[in-house]
Amino acid sequence: MNTAQWRYVPPPEGNDVESIAAEAGPILRASGLAKRYGARVAIEDVAFDLWPGEVLAVVGESGSGKTTLLNCISARLKPDAGQVEFLTRHEGVVDIYGLSEASRRLLARTDWGYVHQNPAEGLRMDVSAGANVGERLMSLGERHYGRIRSQAAQWLARVEMDASRIDESPVAFSGGMRQRLQIARNLVTRPRLVFMDEPTSGLDVSVQARLLDLLRTLTHHLGLACVIVTHDLAVARLLAQRMLVMKDGRVVELGLTDQVLDDPQHPYTQLLVSSVLQP
Amino acid sequence: MTPAIRIRDLGKTFVLHNQGAAELPVLRGVDLDVHGGECVVLDGPSGAGKSTLLRCIYANYRASRGSIVVHDRGQSVEVTQASARELLAMRFRSMGYVSQFLRAIPRVAAVDIVAEPLVERAAGDIDAVGEARHTAEQMLLRLRIPMRLWSVPPATFSGGEQQRINIARGLIRRKPILLLDEPTASLDAGNRLTVISMINEARQAGAAVVGIFHDQSVRDALATRIVDMTEFAA
Repeated sequence: MNTAQWRYVPPPEGNDVESIAAEAGPILRASGLAKRYGARVAIEDVAFDLWPGEVLAVVGESGSGKTTLLNCISARLKPDAGQVEFLTRHEGVVDIYGLSEASRRLLARTDWGYVHQNPAEGLRMDVSAGANVGERLMSLGERHYGRIRSQAAQWLARVEMDASRIDESPVAFSGGMRQRLQIARNLVTRPRLVFMDEPTSGLDVSVQARLLDLLRTLTHHLGLACVIVTHDLAVARLLAQRMLVMKDGRVVELGLTDQVLDDPQHPYTQLLVSSVLQP
Repeated sequence: MTPAIRIRDLGKTFVLHNQGAAELPVLRGVDLDVHGGECVVLDGPSGAGKSTLLRCIYANYRASRGSIVVHDRGQSVEVTQASARELLAMRFRSMGYVSQFLRAIPRVAAVDIVAEPLVERAAGDIDAVGEARHTAEQMLLRLRIPMRLWSVPPATFSGGEQQRINIARGLIRRKPILLLDEPTASLDAGNRLTVISMINEARQAGAAVVGIFHDQSVRDALATRIVDMTEFAA
């Protein structure tokens, strides 16, 4: 199952929702993941499956290991132990840390997306909005300027940005616009799996609502599988079908989002849920 | 005939870990079968566990013991044992749940909130999406939601209007099992009658309905059987 090479095959044109047979299995499978920083345990014995089209929220307090987990499963940080398997479009299941560095990078900028909390980290602030969206296409060998530009314009429209701003630098954009641009930049290669690290925090509430609605629509329409780290339980309820609760680097609860929020079983989850102010 | 819902020896106890592991027993020994075409009304005072039972069937709460088997078109799911994925599939395929409150989604227009369960199933088919919207509009008409509100997100609607949006969303897709937690609580008389006929239509079309209705006239109009929940109080 483990091939060291992985090549990019562009998704078929046409219908947005790619039908993936459920029998094909989970799109991402983490097992026995562990990571330490010196003597300190960041994550320990983390395991979960993510199915095609499914949104999984990872919640827990600061320092619980959420971001370490996200980095380990998105090939940004090699775990000390455990496996991360990904179901590719055409070559079955691969162990992502068994891939060559080059294959892993290609995977990360084609079939995966990564949305940073701070859009400046995920964008290139010194080039135009259009170039930000077009970059992933160019790295896949697209050289036709007109095609790149029209795809960029299409994606700006899909994230509700005015196409007239295609030549502007994101430096001039508001936080909410930058975040939408970052999303467009990630989705242009039609990834099947997107990792998001607190994508809505740091935004005004009204901007947050718009982004949440957009994320909800996009994940639905594109059939995206998504792992979203958030400390906001309302965001988890709105976006995710399943929820994973972390405490001190371990998974303390994993289940249907509404079940975990409405009938939490673990003492920590009960505390977390009961500590939220209901507006 | 296999019942749509078969509950055996169901128990539910909440354990409050942050209150010194206090145990709150709510249900015990629940045995109940519900067949397609029936409307079972759960009866009992507040705190008798009516909503808890509905939520256990929907898998929103986890049963502490016992069994809940949901049967639909040749497929059976043991709700108390099924994986998250199986439960999601079961809800999608077989089960509608309408509560008293609309969980509003920011920025989404009322008509789209109502149409969503059909749009989800349409999986991007443009014709089906248009049809879903049309069906949603007809439901809003029938429930007397003024046309000027259709394109507005319902967060600012009155309690009764929000509840009607919620009902329309819950009934737009014909599902074989309907769980209703006081869906008529804040409706005026005219709308209550409309909702009663909508629920009766679903039941007559073969749905198995389990509901909580405090209003006596609503109950009389809907119930084919009344279950006394005090029997199952823990």
